Parts: sequence; C-alpha cells; structure tokens
Amino acid sequence: MTTVGTYAPQPGAAPLPRMIAAQAALETKMLLRNGEQLLLTVVIPTLLLVLFSSVDIVDTGKGRAVDFLTPGVLALAVMSTAFTGQAIATGFERRYGVLKRLAASPLPRWGLMTAKTASVLVTEVLQVLLLTVIAFALGWSPHGNPLTVLLLLVLGTAAFSGLGLLMAGTLKAEATLGAANLVFLLLLVGGGVIVPLDKFPQGAQDVLGLLPISALSDGLRAVLQHGTGTPWGDLGVLAVWAVAGLGAAGAFFRWE
Amino acid sequence: MLPADFRTRRFQAVGGYLDSWAMRSETVVQVQALVKRYGSKTAVNGLDLTARAGVTAVLGPNGAGKTTTIETAEGYRRPDSGTVRVLGLDPVREAGALRPRIGVMLQSGGVYSGARAEEMLRHVAKLHARPLDVDALMERLGLGSCGRTSYRRLSGGQQQRLALAMAVVGRPELVFLDEPTAGLDPQARRATWDLVRDLRADGVSVILTTHYMDEAEQLADDVAVIDAGRVIAQGSPEQLCRGGAENTLRFTGRPGLDVGSLLKALPADCSAAELTPGAYRVAGKVDPQLLATVTSWCAQHGVMPEKISVERHTLEDVFLELTGKELRS
Ligand SMILES: Nc1ncnc2c1ncn2[C@@H]1O[C@H](COP(=O)(O)OP(=O)(O)OP(=O)(O)O)[C@@H](O)[C@H]1O
Ligand SMILES: [Mg+2]
Repeated sequence: MTTVGTYAPQPGAAPLPRMIAAQAALETKMLLRNGEQLLLTVVIPTLLLVLFSSVDIVDTGKGRAVDFLTPGVLALAVMSTAFTGQAIATGFERRYGVLKRLAASPLPRWGLMTAKTASVLVTEVLQVLLLTVIAFALGWSPHGNPLTVLLLLVLGTAAFSGLGLLMAGTLKAEATLGAANLVFLLLLVGGGVIVPLDKFPQGAQDVLGLLPISALSDGLRAVLQHGTGTPWGDLGVLAVWAVAGLGAAGAFFRWE
Repeated sequence: MLPADFRTRRFQAVGGYLDSWAMRSETVVQVQALVKRYGSKTAVNGLDLTARAGVTAVLGPNGAGKTTTIETAEGYRRPDSGTVRVLGLDPVREAGALRPRIGVMLQSGGVYSGARAEEMLRHVAKLHARPLDVDALMERLGLGSCGRTSYRRLSGGQQQRLALAMAVVGRPELVFLDEPTAGLDPQARRATWDLVRDLRADGVSVILTTHYMDEAEQLADDVAVIDAGRVIAQGSPEQLCRGGAENTLRFTGRPGLDVGSLLKALPADCSAAELTPGAYRVAGKVDPQLLATVTSWCAQHGVMPEKISVERHTLEDVFLELTGKELRS
C-alpha cells in the first residue's frame, strides 16, 4: 500500500548544469562499458603505439619511431572517440529511441549535445593520459607548446564530432556501424597515423593531406616532434572540416 | 471507479493535489482538426479530441493513428494542420515549458541497450527537480530484482515496466502511456492498472492507448475510439456501451406467448421476438424499469419466466460494431 499523495504532481526540471553533468556521466559510463568501443578507443591505439615503436615494421623516417608515432596515435585516439565511437553510439541511440525519449525529458536538445561533447572530451582526456604514459615509457621526448597541442586536439574533436554526428543522424544504425569502422580503417592507413604520407604518390598526398586525420596527425607531429610554433595550415584544414561537419550535422540530423 | 477509501484519502492528502471532482472539468489535452501525413499517407485525418483531467483511454485498430496523435501531443510531430494544446501549451513551440510537466512512455524503446534498469531510472529521476523515490517505484513495479540487469537482457514485460517507471518518476501532471500493458503477464497488468489508479487518485492525468477493452473499462473516465485517423466515438465507457449498441434481455417461458401484447407493454424503441419456441428476446435500452415491465407482463399473463438474463454490451461489442469486424491492413 502506498501512502497518500505519493504521486501528487510536483513537476519541474532539475537545474541545467546538473542535468548536463548527469547526462555526460551516463554517456561516458555507457562508452566505457562497451567492449567494441573500448577496442576502438583504447586497445587499438595502445597496441599500435607499442607494436610499431618497438618493432621496426614501417619506415617512420629519421628520428625515433616513438616520436613519430605518438602524435599520430593521439590523432587516431581523437578520431576513434569523437568520430567512430560517437557515430556508432549515437546511431544506435537514435535507432533504439533513446534520443527520442530524452527529447521528451526536461533536458533540452542542445543540453544533450553538450553532454555528448563533454563525454567525448572526458574519454579523450583518459586516452591522452594513458597514451602519454605509455609513450614516455617507450622513451618519447615531446617538444613544442602544450597549448598549441590542446588547440589542435580541440579543433580535431570538433571536426570529427561534426562528421560523426552527421553520419549517425542521417544513416541507419547498421550503415553507420559499417561505414564508421571502414572510415576508421581507411584513415588509419591513409591519414598519416602510422604510415608517413610521403610514402604515397604525390597526387594522393595532396588529397590525403586535406583529410581531417592527416591535418591533425601532421599538426601534432609538427609541434610535438619538430617543435614547430603554430601549424596554421593544419589548423585551417581542421577548422574548415569542423564548420562544415557541425553545420551539416545541425542541418540534417534526424532524431528518430 | 474511485477507490473505496477515496474520501479519507482526500482529507489526508497534503500539498498541491487537486480535488478530483473539480479537476474532472479541466481540459488537459485539446486536439482540433488535426491532420498529419507521412508522405502521401494520411495517418491522422481531421481528428478532434478533448481529454479532461482523469484517465482517458484511446482505442482503435492497428494503424488507426493513435501513436501519431499521442506523439503530436508529446511535441514529437508538427501538425500538418489543426491545433494541439497540452496543459494549455503548444507542444512544439512551448516544448521547454511543457516537457518537465509531462511523462512519456513510448510504444517501444527509449533506453540505452547497455544501461542497467536502475541506472536508467535514476538517470531520468536526476533530470527532474523533485522525483519519486526510485527504490520504492522499482519495488512497486516488480523491478526490484532486476535493477542491475542491462536493458537488452530484460524481458519484454520488464522493459515495458521500466519505461512506465521512467514516465512517472518525474512527478508529472500528465502522463502519456502508449500501450502500457502490451505483452504484460496478468500480474504485471494488474500492477500497472493499480499504478494508473493511484496516479489518478493523486491528481495525475493519464492518456493511454490500449487494445484491451477491459483495460479501458476498468481504468478510463473517458474513452475515445479512433479509426482511420478520426475519432469516431467518445464518452465514458458506460455512455459508449449504452449509446452504441442495444442491450438484450432474454427469458424462457411457455411457447407461443403473445409477443404483440408484450410489445405493447414495452417502450416504443424496444423489440420483442420468440427466437425458438419458448425462448424470448427483448432488445432495447435495458434498465430496471424495463425488467420490471417484462416481469409484471409475465405476472399478468400467468407466465413463469425462467432463465431470465440481461446481456449488457461490452466495450468490445461496441468497438467491433464501430470499427467493423474485418482485419485492418
Ligand atoms: N514514421 C512513419 N512513417 C510513415 N508512416 C507512418 C509512420 N508512423 C506511422 N505511419 C503510418 O501511419 C498510420 C498510423 O500509424 P500509428 O502508429 O499512429 O497507428 P496506431 O494507431 O498507433 O497503431 P498500433 O495500434 O498498431 O500501434 C499507419 O498506417 C502507419 O503505417
Ligand atoms: Mg501505436
């Protein structure tokens, strides 16, 4: 027997920051609990870093392999979370009516998107911490201004998030799953992550250089490996992708 | 259909809960001339529906437009034409003000497949200012033992109950439940009915869709029957049962009674017939007065009516009569 008035209406939204924090925490938990997501975001980048730093399989040019690989793997980590992981998760949330149900909750849509971004950023912080520790253990010696590195990571996240959400919000969940994994694989090989872009023919290099993953890995490498000041070209490419991707996602995203 | 202890409950009540009688006149959902198309398919075709405070059940064959109508009221769909007001607000333009005040249970889905039942319910509770006690609600809906089970591993009925819990946990004024008892076992169905009754008693309005006529009869103050995108009947279950179809009184007696004389004793809109020798049927508005008329006619004619029975039409009869017996596509 319930006591009287248990269900008497007392409607009201929780304070906005609390809603967004709760949503971000839940999204992060869902991501960290998902085996396939962990494979993409943690296991693959870590394995690539360890494997290619210790075994001389690809020619990474002059200098230590770990100094070449770490920036590339950091770029890959950003792509795996902001693009692949976010696209797949959001695609299935859309498919299973989670986005729809949350749209009827007091959390506004932009609040949900803010929470998603926060969850991506939290995951990236964990990834960067893990990869940096491993890289240092492998003898990594980074250069450059950490703030420039941060700017590159943030712009890269924006660019990849836009593309990931565009995919999740327009394609079927299964199509997103397949396409996001395929793109991940292609960009892993052709985006200067572990294979230097100058191994490709000149014509291909020009095109590949404009991909967001190439811009991010090239930019990070310029700063961290070579101590370049500000890689304006790469930042510009990322900014264009970010504006185009987020704009298109905003225009074409379907909630159900 | 108020609980027996309704009066005492009323006086014990605290806080902002409204007097149920006064409350009944208040309109919670007003739909006027609603048209909603999906491409070339018209799902809702000039639908008018007024739901007052209390429990409103929306009935209708598959594909009639129930979900479309409800989801338009929830703010998911923009009407192609017509107006929708929920708690006096436009569900699309004033969504921000409306959302905290309503609870929503979708016909299916709505939960992260990897989320645990309790985790998800706690999350929805956190989005509200003064949510219900999550443990008590889980217990009440029989979810106590599967709080740590992930959504994709819950049984269909458990998933339904979790979705129901998510709809009420924020203490809304108005709850939309799209087929809340589809696929539930009898105990879970009763638990859902009891919860709906308690919501009503505490002043929460409920709009639910169902294919179960007994559910509508048990729970609803008002029933709206939708067919092919329009409301074809609306009223209390009693009104619908009385209005739509005639009721029947049967009795057996000696064969060959003077049916003409019986007919003269009856009100004008009744009919009487001897179906098989000794089996008589009176059709019309069957009320105590009619029963008295028939028995006194029998007394005057020295007839001992045996096996006298009154068949009230159920909502199911009325529904089938209104919407036809053939299967819809
Ligand atoms: N998203 C959609 N796209 C296209 N057609 C749709 C969509 N949703 C519903 N319909 C069509 O609109 C009509 C009404 O559907 P709706 O879901 O409102 O029916 P319903 O009364 O809820 O049915 P049920 O009892 O089966 O749940 C159906 O013919 C359906 O095929
Ligand atoms: Mg439906």
